[in-house]
Amino acid sequence: MTTRRVVARAPQDTPAGLWTYLLLAVSMLFAAFPLYWMFVIATSDDEALAKLPPAVVPGDRFLTNVDEVFSLQDVYFAASLVNSVIVSVVVTASVLFFCSLAGFAFAKLRFRGSRALMLFVVLTLTVPNQLGIVALYIVMGKLGWNGTLLAVIAPGLVTAFGVFYMRQFIVNTVPDELIESARVDGATTMRVYATIVLPAIRPALAVLGLLTFVATWNDFQWPLITLSGTDYPTSMVAVSDLASGNYVIYRRVLAGAFIATVPLLVMLFIGGRQIVRGIMEGAVKS
Amino acid sequence: MSSTRAAPPDRPPARRRGRTGAADRRMTWRDRLYRFDMRYVPYLMIAPFFLLFVVFGLFPLLFNAVVSLRNYRLDDPTLPYWAGAENFSRLIADEDFWNALANTFGIFLLSTVPQLLLALLVASLLNRKLRAQTWWRVGVLLPYVTPIVASTMVFSVFFSRDFGMANWALGLLGIGGADDPIDWRADKLHAWIAIATMVNWKWIGYNALLYLAAMQSIPRDVYEAAAIDGAGPWKQLWRITVPMIQPVVLFTVILSTIGGLQLFTEPMLFDPNAQAATGGPDGEWQTIAQLIYKVGWKDLNLGYAAAMSWALFLIILIVAGLNYLLTNRLSGGRR
Repeated sequence: MTTRRVVARAPQDTPAGLWTYLLLAVSMLFAAFPLYWMFVIATSDDEALAKLPPAVVPGDRFLTNVDEVFSLQDVYFAASLVNSVIVSVVVTASVLFFCSLAGFAFAKLRFRGSRALMLFVVLTLTVPNQLGIVALYIVMGKLGWNGTLLAVIAPGLVTAFGVFYMRQFIVNTVPDELIESARVDGATTMRVYATIVLPAIRPALAVLGLLTFVATWNDFQWPLITLSGTDYPTSMVAVSDLASGNYVIYRRVLAGAFIATVPLLVMLFIGGRQIVRGIMEGAVKS
Repeated sequence: MSSTRAAPPDRPPARRRGRTGAADRRMTWRDRLYRFDMRYVPYLMIAPFFLLFVVFGLFPLLFNAVVSLRNYRLDDPTLPYWAGAENFSRLIADEDFWNALANTFGIFLLSTVPQLLLALLVASLLNRKLRAQTWWRVGVLLPYVTPIVASTMVFSVFFSRDFGMANWALGLLGIGGADDPIDWRADKLHAWIAIATMVNWKWIGYNALLYLAAMQSIPRDVYEAAAIDGAGPWKQLWRITVPMIQPVVLFTVILSTIGGLQLFTEPMLFDPNAQAATGGPDGEWQTIAQLIYKVGWKDLNLGYAAAMSWALFLIILIVAGLNYLLTNRLSGGRR
């Protein structure tokens, strides 16, 4: 009968046993090993790559490998990092501003057609953006933007997901009374946005900002199409360039890949709690 | 959701200049500003999204239809403007297309099913009272934040025929081994498994968190009732937890359908000769997204690539619909 009593608790109230920790630790190992090994190879000479059992101790050649990556002629690795920072920062800032603005309008303002327009936003969420990629290339060609960072930045400046996420958050967290009392004091809509909405949605801004930054930094297909062959690749295009050619030197490829991954690992380390929350909140609401 | 809007425009607090129609003409600039603020500012606030979506989302999607009916070759502008249905009839007879379709589905099945099952397991592990709870959750997201470009480079080395870690690990289990190593790039099935492994690695943790969130919103008394009925943990998982989180399961199935059928980066970079975009010497693992890239930007035939995009769109719609029905059934939904 004692086992029954243990089971009567909901799983989330049941303390984890040894097996749970063990299995979780194994999952963690699988999740982290490819990253760790990437670092090991990035710090080693050519021989470490083919070692079996695999090399698990970092070497002392990290700076040498990094130096080689940065000095390769046709890869533009240093420029690519700068480009990725520019693209990701601009896109993230713009997404945060425009999505919170639109989210506020949809959540708290009354205007004709707001319901239909919000439904439209949600519907666009389901359209895979890759499908118009051929025509997008032609459009960018007409604008003269192909091969420039503008082509990568412009389509990401405001996202349906961001608008949706912000709307949900503002509906739930910004009290109507607060807005109304500001109105009575004569505040304009933009003033309400700046003084009441923005301070209240800081956590949501952190979540959306992190998710957007990660997605933008990691984007590969569209930057490859519009930027490859130019002197202005993003870091993902540059890393893929490291691996092209007849004789690929993997300690260089993985050193480049590692450098391009570090900013995201730092972000996960600092903002992991927010990223987890963002993903989990999105799940319950959708 | 409409009952909670603030400050409806028909009750302006600042209208003190009489109530006749003539008063409108004598509005102060303050009233005008107020009216503008109430009537038009909301539209200005949502305008950026709609403008950008029309220019870079909707228009390309529609224009794609036009391009697919045209001869649009970057290397030969002399062809007649319209191609009629030529691109589509060519598509139906194109072996590369059907090959890519088979590869896409093969990889899709090998990745989606284990991915979601393992995510369910990881989620139920995380759905306990854990020490350092946040760190476990952040930990499973390591693959999610890792660029696919970077992780694919690592997995490409794992899956090399000689001195590859995958073959070494399988050798320890008595499969293959150093005398008879698996050549992961020599036939379809092995290439599919290798690529599906990368996809699984990337998305298990993310899906696990989605499931975890749903699991934690299940009312606690449901479990109490089940325990009284004598259901053990395993039975609880399948009889209670999974049916209760069914909407999220559907959501993840649709997400991974949309993502899986557009798979691009992994098959591209698994190929040592990535620039050719052929997905192996004989297209062993060329996916549709990759074929679209090759046709459009290597063969420079944008018209044909646009036709292929439409075909892909249709396929995604059909598969997402089928998946929806199937998952609804399997996970015991009564709705």
